[in-house]
This record gives sequence, structure tokens and C-alpha cells, in this order.
Amino acid sequence: MVIIGRGAEAILEMREFKDLYFPSRDLNIKVVIKKRVKKGYRLGEMDLHLRRSRTVLESRLIHEAKKYVRTPAIFEVDLDECYIVMEYVEGERIKEFLEKIDSERRKNICRKIGNMIGKLHKNGIIHGDLTTSNMIYRDNEIYFIDFGLGEFSKEIEKQGVDMHLLKEAFQSTHYEHFMEDFENVMKGYEEVVGEEKKREILNRIREIERRGRYVRRDSLYNKQ
Amino acid sequence: MISLGIESTAHTLGIGIVNEKEVLANESSVYSGEGIHPRKAADHHARVLKDVLNSALRKSGVSLENLDLISFSQGPGIGPCLRIGATAARTLSLRLEIPIIGVNHCVSHIEIGKFTTEARDPVTLYVSGGNTQIIAYTAKRYRVFGETLDIGIGNMQDTFGRALGLKFPCGKEMDNLISKGKKYLHIPYTIKGMDFSFSGMLTEALKYLGKEKKEDIAFSLMETAFSTVVEASERALAHTGKRELLLTGGMAASPRLREMCEIMCKERGDRFYVPPFDLCRDNGAMIAYQGMIEYKSGKRMRIEDTAVKQKWRTDEVDVTWLS
Repeated sequence: MVIIGRGAEAILEMREFKDLYFPSRDLNIKVVIKKRVKKGYRLGEMDLHLRRSRTVLESRLIHEAKKYVRTPAIFEVDLDECYIVMEYVEGERIKEFLEKIDSERRKNICRKIGNMIGKLHKNGIIHGDLTTSNMIYRDNEIYFIDFGLGEFSKEIEKQGVDMHLLKEAFQSTHYEHFMEDFENVMKGYEEVVGEEKKREILNRIREIERRGRYVRRDSLYNKQ
Repeated sequence: MISLGIESTAHTLGIGIVNEKEVLANESSVYSGEGIHPRKAADHHARVLKDVLNSALRKSGVSLENLDLISFSQGPGIGPCLRIGATAARTLSLRLEIPIIGVNHCVSHIEIGKFTTEARDPVTLYVSGGNTQIIAYTAKRYRVFGETLDIGIGNMQDTFGRALGLKFPCGKEMDNLISKGKKYLHIPYTIKGMDFSFSGMLTEALKYLGKEKKEDIAFSLMETAFSTVVEASERALAHTGKRELLLTGGMAASPRLREMCEIMCKERGDRFYVPPFDLCRDNGAMIAYQGMIEYKSGKRMRIEDTAVKQKWRTDEVDVTWLS
């Protein structure tokens, strides 16, 4: 058992598939157990209710998203202990992958990412934490992982925040070709959602940025 | 250096006097009514200012002539209230011929917390009537990692308290009710990433009035609200990698909120700090201290720069005093 991640609400553990299921079949697959841990500061019943409903929501999002994009296979969902056992997608994070391929391939990958997010949004799925660390490249395919902050919604605000987060991730981690990359993402996005929707999203991203929460803007007041 | 600070962003008119080593005086007078009526609160501040000033001078043993700097809270806050403090600060600065510095109220809460506790680079959970924010210092600015999407947590508590017929501000009576609550009633738990929202909780709690015991409603409402801000704080700690949590603002008085923060930090192995309560709630000493550290970092202001900024955001402040 290896702990591969520890977030604010969950612990991620890596295990062998055969240690959990079908021991005689010698299937060489790694799995991840994402367990939402008990929080001592919360009332017991509130805590269990939250961990349970979030485990259900995340499993449903991963499962539903699979109709449109690649996501890990889910093997088990336990609502007493609040964990999900899912496939460990063994590949390379897009974060690193993007930095070592030529510009033509990068363009294709970015388009594909946009395309996939377009499909999710069109079908009412918000990922909630779109960064290039949450996308894995394996066998010519891109897998989306970690739907822990996701939700089912078709609201433009939520789609805008989703894309804004991705833009920020590109800006901070892939700053050298950020403009070009994000443009290609939006091109791929447009292929699925259409031009009008793309424009709406771009406007919404600008509006979110203007709220001043995320970027420094010169305060109106300081100009006095 | 001796700095005098004037706080007047909302219901408190506070005057504090500090030097580099300690708080010399921290006096205040709180407006009370049904919520905060902006003009009435401003009238209250103007009326009590002279007395609060005199008692701060008396307590500190400092005379006006010994002051080196006048600081005031320039924002964010209620316009008419802010202008009383600003006007008094300008008058003192011109009359005594000493420099004036306008400071950001929210940032002052954090800095006085660092001054009076062992916190050095904390994630701050700032909970008060008007403000509910999770703030941390990264890339040369105090950034807001999470905040309320609608009303402040204290505002929610006061509105609920008013529906029960409690007098504003009702923190103490509410703490009392909460401690007697036993049954948990369902209240929607709203958290989005590191942001939270309280208006839905309030609506739901008000619906229980008359049907359930008020102790149980108060308990369920505040238990839910506190859980969301503590969860968001934990996310901010995980996200920033910082190992200290600083709790401040008027709601830091709540024993249950303190307890929850403490448990959360203990489970993570992080450290938890709360400044003395007189420096958690709105107060003049934090303004005096903030002005002093900004002045010493080289900041200067002309009278023309001292117009109040009602919506001055935490992340818009130029942090000149930290490296």
C-alpha cells in the first residue's frame, strides 16, 4: 500500500487490483482508493452525510463523463467507509507531456483537450478542477481524472469558471506558449459547442477576471 | 515611534495607540441598534470620538504632542462611518503636523494577529459581520483564496438573532443558545471550492422558527456555517502548503468556532492561533499598528490621497512591508 496523495478531504492510496479482486487471475492492474476521511471538527451525522454524498457525486460524474471522454474505470464504491476504488491511469501527465513535444503535436493535444471539455460541458458536466495535472496521456488518449470538485450543471457561469481555471493553469505552468495553447483549446472547444457559445464563454472568462478576485486590477479608487 | 490609529469601518469607533513593542491603549465605543443604520452609526462615531480619543490618551499616558503618526482605516466599510474616522485623522495630522497613513481594515486584522501571536505566515480565517474571507500571502500580495459569495457570517448570525428578538450585535446570546442546542436540523451546506455562501442557510433556519426549539435552530445553523468556513480553511492550508491558521474578526469570539479550528489543525498537524479578543474584533490598535509598519516600510500619503475606499479589496493592497 502506497499513499500517493493527501488532499484536504481525501487520501489516495495505490494498490494492486489482484490484491483486492480475483487473486487467482493475476491481472496486472494498479488501482487507486480515494477515501474521504472523517473530520473530527464536524458533527458526526453531518460529516457522514457530506462524505457520502460527495462520494456518490464523484462516482456518478466519473461514470457519466465516460460516455464522452476517457475517465478511470470505477471498480467499487463504498458508502459506509466513503471510498471509491478506481483504475490507476498509468501514463504521463499532460503538464509534463506538453512541454516535450513539438509545436504541431502540442497544437493537436490542445485542440483535443478543448474538444473533450466541450463535450463535457455540452452534456452538463463541470469538472471543477481543470488543470494539466488532472489530465493523463496514455496510449494516444487523454484521460480526465479527479472530479472531486465537479458537479452536474449547464450554467454558463460554471462553465466559465471551469475554463477560467484551465486558462490560469496554462498561464502559470505553460507560460511560454500560453496564448497559442489556450487559443487552440478554445478552437477545439468551439468545434463542439459552436461559435456563439464559445464567444459567450470567452466573455464570461473576461468578466470573471475583472471581478478582481484573481488578478490585480488598478483600483478605480487609487486613480483619484 | 508612537502611532495612533482610528477605526470606523462599521459599528465600532475605535482608537488605539501602539509603539514598536506593544499596544499602549485600545479604546472603543460600539454603536448598537437594529443592525447598522449608516447615518446613525456615523452620528454615533462623531459623538463619541472625542471621549474615546481622550480615554486612549489617558490610558496610554501619551499626549497628543508625543504622537509621530496618525493612521486610519481607509476601507473597506460603510461610507458615512469611514468618513468620520478619515476626517478626524486628517484634522489630527494637519493640526499636529505629523504624517497620515490610510490602511486597509482587513489586512490590519492579519498583521495585528501576527504581531500578537506566534503566527508568521498563516492562512487567515477572517470572520466578522461584513467580511468572511480566507486570506494568505503569496506572490507579494494578500490573496483571497476563499470568501463568502453573499453575506458575511456575522451578518447571517445577527439577522437570525434579530428574528429571535435579540439585540444587535447578538454574538454572546447566540453562543449561549448554541451551547444549549442538541438536535441537529438539516441546513443546506454550501461550499464551492474555497468559497461559501450563507443566505441559503439563513433562509432555511428562518423556516424552522416556531416549529423547532430556537436553541436547536441556532445550533444547527451555526454548526453548519462554521463547518463550511473550517472546511474551506483546511482546503486553503492544503492548497498553499502553509502550516499555520490564524482566526480573527469579531466572530473569533465564538467558542465553538475556535474549537473546530483547533481540531482541524490538530488533525493536520498544523498550528492554530487566535489573537486576544480585543484585537480580533474591530479596533483602533490594529489600525495604529498597520499604519506604523507601512510608514516604516517607506509609505507616505498626502491629504489628497486619503479619500475613503468603501470597496477596497484585500488583494488590491500594495504590500510594501513584507519581503
